[in-house]
Amino acid sequence: MLERLGLVPPQASTVAVQTDLLSTFLVTVSLFFSILIAATIVAFSVKYRRRSERDVTPRIHGSTALEIAWSVIPLGIAMVMFGWGAHLFVTLKRPPDDALQVNVVGKQWMWKVQHLEGRREINELHVPIGRPVKVTLTSEDVIHSFYVPAFRIKQDAVPGRYTTAWFEATRIGSYHLFCAEYCGTMHSGMIGQVIVMEPADYEAWLAGGGVSAAPAAAGGAAGGGQDLVAAGKELFEQKGCVTCHQPGAVLGPQLAGVAGHTVELQDGTTVTADDDYLRESILSPAAKIVKGFAPIMPTFKGQLTEEQVLQLIAYIKSLKPSTGDASADAGTGKTGS
Amino acid sequence: MTSTNYINADYGIWSWLLTKDHKRIAILYLVSITLMFILGGFFALLIRLELLTPAGDLLAADTYNKMFTMHGIVMVFFFLIPSIPAVLGNFLVPMMIGARDLAFPRLNLASWYIYMAGAAFTLYAIFTGGVDTGWTFYTPYSTAAANTKVIPAALGIFITGFSSILTGLNFIVTIHRMRAPGLTWFRLPLFIWAHYATSIIFILGTPVIAITILLVAVERGFNFGIFDPKLGGDPVLFQHLFWFYSHPAVYIMVLPSMGVVSELITCFSRKTVFGYGFVAVSSMAIAVLGFLVWGHHLFVSGQSVYASMIFSVLSFLVAIPSAVKVFNWTATLYRGSIEFAAPLIYALGFIGLFTIGGLTGVFLATLGFDVHVHDTYFVVAHFHYIMVGGAMMGYLGGLHYWWPKISGRMYPEWPARIGAAIIFIGFNLTFFPQFLAGYLGMPRRYHMYPPEFQVLNVMSTAGATVLGIGYLLPLTYLLWSLRYGKAAPANPWRATGLEWQTPSPPPTDNFATTPFVTEEAYDYSSVPEAELV
Ligand SMILES: [Cu+2]
Ligand SMILES: [Cu+2]
Repeated sequence: MLERLGLVPPQASTVAVQTDLLSTFLVTVSLFFSILIAATIVAFSVKYRRRSERDVTPRIHGSTALEIAWSVIPLGIAMVMFGWGAHLFVTLKRPPDDALQVNVVGKQWMWKVQHLEGRREINELHVPIGRPVKVTLTSEDVIHSFYVPAFRIKQDAVPGRYTTAWFEATRIGSYHLFCAEYCGTMHSGMIGQVIVMEPADYEAWLAGGGVSAAPAAAGGAAGGGQDLVAAGKELFEQKGCVTCHQPGAVLGPQLAGVAGHTVELQDGTTVTADDDYLRESILSPAAKIVKGFAPIMPTFKGQLTEEQVLQLIAYIKSLKPSTGDASADAGTGKTGS
Repeated sequence: MTSTNYINADYGIWSWLLTKDHKRIAILYLVSITLMFILGGFFALLIRLELLTPAGDLLAADTYNKMFTMHGIVMVFFFLIPSIPAVLGNFLVPMMIGARDLAFPRLNLASWYIYMAGAAFTLYAIFTGGVDTGWTFYTPYSTAAANTKVIPAALGIFITGFSSILTGLNFIVTIHRMRAPGLTWFRLPLFIWAHYATSIIFILGTPVIAITILLVAVERGFNFGIFDPKLGGDPVLFQHLFWFYSHPAVYIMVLPSMGVVSELITCFSRKTVFGYGFVAVSSMAIAVLGFLVWGHHLFVSGQSVYASMIFSVLSFLVAIPSAVKVFNWTATLYRGSIEFAAPLIYALGFIGLFTIGGLTGVFLATLGFDVHVHDTYFVVAHFHYIMVGGAMMGYLGGLHYWWPKISGRMYPEWPARIGAAIIFIGFNLTFFPQFLAGYLGMPRRYHMYPPEFQVLNVMSTAGATVLGIGYLLPLTYLLWSLRYGKAAPANPWRATGLEWQTPSPPPTDNFATTPFVTEEAYDYSSVPEAELV
């Protein structure tokens, strides 16, 4: 109904309805209090308007009971709002495990999208209806912000790190994708479409080849129609990672099975090998040295685009510990540093 | 005028530019910030005209970006932050506590010169090409990508910061050391409490923004890696540092306004303020809690979920003392003798707009809600309700109320009432549609926008026209009154404050003999009839 009244954008995700419900609650409570205050002021203003310069007014210093009441009641209501908002926020921050993976890189002034299966697009994001989609975001230059009003989601794309957002589209159609964080001249032109499709159409679209809206310029050499893992593998060989990190090699840590596991570092601390850690290990290998290895890996900073780093990470994540290989022991996951 | 007062005590430009009189320094600030307001308003006008149509047709994209940036910088740092403290506070803090001047008169003059030096840098940046980073200077855009006059603008803000710090220091020392005999802390006017709280923020917060903005200039000028990840810096660190000051800065703008409103409501309802202690202490609570909520600007920046939750809950807490003030002001009207003079219309307007601004602030503190509207026009509308609706209404209300004292002339009552009403209506017409545009998803700082947002933007621009006319009215008749206004008696409002016990305008030394205070503030029921004008 809110949507038909033109008060809210299309409700095209599972979260959209929940957000609007929360908003309705906030607005209702606020309206109640605003009207109460306004009505009281108007009533007093009329009733106690000055009748004569000689009006005598009583001296009322206050009332502790009233002060407590109008502190504690709003506080109680505020805590309900907090709890509800926090609950929704946790939902927004926890992508379901079975979510589709999409990488989105912001760049002045475009959104570059890489699907795990290999298709790439610019300023368009095709997704199937009814399936959670997890978006991993980063930026090649300044901070951007990935905003889809119809899904009620927004997440900054910050250079130098990964952030994530997720949604589950509930309605076929195409919806605005905005950059919400000011990023320079064409900030308002950094917009695109999220296109929600029937699963079958989506599969057909995915299979339609990788060259879609995105020409080779977007991803450099290792792109084309390959899926991310294959593209990552190609880079892995091309850039020479393979020399030190292939199964059985001793110069660098084994990578199979490391993603998502705990890594022991030279200085005795441990770290979870999440996307940010893998990215850092590729671009600034000296930052965290894996226990038992020398800091000999060269940096790949400036030699890989953000999209290529994401491809390498996809490849590393795809590596499963191979059987019979002692160094890929799951107990001490190791990774490249 | 036959008697000597601070205005006719001395003549010539140097008697003003080298004055140590807090009242003359207040006038220096009044003139400077009014000019800055006109400049900032001009930028706003261009922004609203550009947004009349979805296409970017009036201004080039870069020009538009500079307009909203310079509108923000000028209005926030050079108008709103100094507005009430530097003009009304400067004029009134000594007078309200029965002192002859601030504790450090020379430092007070130095503060104005520092403000002017900062303004000079920023104006240089504006007139030699402009800045386009947004008033928030987010990194790494401001340090690595923007190729506009970021460094001089940043230096201007850095320098002006010291003016705030020194004013805050001056107020704190003055309020501690120079109160008239008998004027105990809980007999102080609430205007003084509000300025005390504001001064604490000035002193504790301003150094942080000054250094942060200086670091931006350093990274930009010398490639020092602080915020830019390409240089090994952390871009989100900037946001933490920036908002550590800039959230409390909102209270710098609004607390003095609240102080003004307390004075106006008591005077024009002839009632002592309801819950004096709670209103006074809530100012301090706001000042302190205000320092603990900056992270609510970072809910979508990738900040940890737990940090976000803590910042969210603290942001709800800081709303409570503001609500307490609103309830107490309302209760003050009860059984009063309410006269709808222009200052009271401004004060009631403040309550209305501040309530809307405050409640939408509570919305924004709500985590799940903020994700959707963060960086949209919803936020733009919210902070204009607080900073323009709130701070500006308080400033204008106070300016009218104390105008007879400052200028020695009465302003014309009916034009002032009409002006206040036009400003209130124009303000709502301008900014209410922006709440809707924001919730519908229109991002802020957009030069072009999808056509479905046009209707709301046209409404907003139409409202801005009304608002602009509203602002021109006081500008015109206040200037007019300087020459043609009725001469003001010492106490035209039959108000209780010590400032009204001096002639209008006051002599340079304020009080011939130091007043002795035996009563609480706002002792309206005991004003004898003999004092009727
Ligand atoms: Cu952007
Ligand atoms: Cu804030």
